[in-house]
Amino acid sequence: MAMKKKPMKKAAKKAAKKVAKKAVKTTAKKPVAKKAVKKPIKKATAKTTKIVGGSDADLKTSLVELIRVTSAELPDDVQKVILEALEREEKNTTAEYAMNIIKANIDLAKKKSQPLCQDTGTVLFYVYHPVGFNQSKFTKLIQDSVVEATKKGYLRQNSVDSLTGENSGVNLGPGHPSIHFHEYNGASVKVKLMLKGGGCENVGAQYSLPHTALGAGRDLDGVRKVILDAVHKAQGKGCGPGVLGICIGGDRGAGYIESKEQLLRRLDDTNSVPSLAELEKEIVETSNKLGIGPMGFGGKTTLLGCKVSALNRLPASFFVSISYMCWAYRRQGIELGDKNQIKKWLY
Amino acid sequence: MKKLNFPFTHEAVRELKVGDMVLITGKLFTGRDAVHKRLHDGVKPPVDLSNQIIYHCGPVILQDKKTGKYQVTAAGPTTSIREEPYQADVMKDYGIVGVIGKGGMGPKTLAGCKEYGCVYFHAIGGAAQVLAEKIDSVDAVHWLDLGSPEAIWELSVTEFPVVVTMDAHGNSLHAEVEKNSAAALKEVL
Repeated sequence: MAMKKKPMKKAAKKAAKKVAKKAVKTTAKKPVAKKAVKKPIKKATAKTTKIVGGSDADLKTSLVELIRVTSAELPDDVQKVILEALEREEKNTTAEYAMNIIKANIDLAKKKSQPLCQDTGTVLFYVYHPVGFNQSKFTKLIQDSVVEATKKGYLRQNSVDSLTGENSGVNLGPGHPSIHFHEYNGASVKVKLMLKGGGCENVGAQYSLPHTALGAGRDLDGVRKVILDAVHKAQGKGCGPGVLGICIGGDRGAGYIESKEQLLRRLDDTNSVPSLAELEKEIVETSNKLGIGPMGFGGKTTLLGCKVSALNRLPASFFVSISYMCWAYRRQGIELGDKNQIKKWLY
Repeated sequence: MKKLNFPFTHEAVRELKVGDMVLITGKLFTGRDAVHKRLHDGVKPPVDLSNQIIYHCGPVILQDKKTGKYQVTAAGPTTSIREEPYQADVMKDYGIVGVIGKGGMGPKTLAGCKEYGCVYFHAIGGAAQVLAEKIDSVDAVHWLDLGSPEAIWELSVTEFPVVVTMDAHGNSLHAEVEKNSAAALKEVL
């Protein structure tokens, strides 16, 4: 049973979240669900068993709910910057028109509980777990949940065999879904999910510094230059206004992975490295002066945010890896309770 | 706000200019990467596309198990530039009056628009729910062997909202924004 249908909260999100949390608790306490329509909680007698983990069916229910909410609802921090962008655009322009449709779409998707965007994207799971956690079992359950979510229409049939062109129809296949495990010193399991569409993935870029044509050297100013070049090259093709996740350094593979993980940060956080915090701010401000605007129609908002981190590099290499996220910035996360229920939403 | 109603004609789309916000009512045929490649390879389309509009879209479709009826649950545009190698030829060979997509297209398509009397309509990328609401019915599906997102879905729409970003007179908003933003970029590098 879904531990929580995410409340349709708006500005009063925190208060709403608390209420919801309570609601979860109360539902969870009732051993036999009142709505026996769906599958009843298996452990009516499980009060005494304090197994960390609960049943597989409960876990699957929680994961499917995570996928549903991620696909249909934008997190509050993202909605906030989109509304600000709408306010900023001049009235009666195509940019304002685009932002208005975007706003209407966010509201409608939530109301109808249907995919915000038909491209439900690469399904990227990030699992944070305690020591001694069974990754292969969890992988299998994530896969089952993805199949289920696809059947329910929360995810589009989006996984294609690169050699034959055949669509698996269930979003499984080599590399799909993408699952990243991170062990941490905690007792609970946290699962974050990001759905990243193909349009924005296609405008991602990786630069190797120095870059002669752009006059970009191996320093933060060089980094700034290549990022702005990527923003310009993307134009409206990544469904802007977008958000950048960036990694300075690393090898080519690690750089791209880290750049995506930067997109797990809340838009309103502040980078703990002052020089990167400054760079993030500057990239957004300068990009918004380029006049690319929503959908590339021209206008005042080209970027909604930018998040940067740095990995060590080899003396010979200096990569800047850029992941572009569209305005339909679908990310959510859950913390699992001891019965595999959704104990807490992370965004 | 302008309106474009079915049956579409080359004359009607020639009237449209870059920057026009248009509501389209009538029929749309989805067609994206695999469809364009197949058409370009010379396979005859399963339906007559003359005077029709192709929509670059891979919708989320659910089929009612009992009735077999299809329902579109999400249907925003996909990135159009991938069809750049094919689009102008598809305009020429099959007589379409326009395409709907996102992100804009390049010089080859722009020249095609001018020569064959076509328009590029930009739908709002990611707005899958608002756009799906404008779809009244799924009338047919063709080439389902390409997979659901890549098939040709025949859709009836009412007041489907788009912006003309490339017209039949050689104007492209994308070329203009690209040029202006390149100049602005130069200033800040």
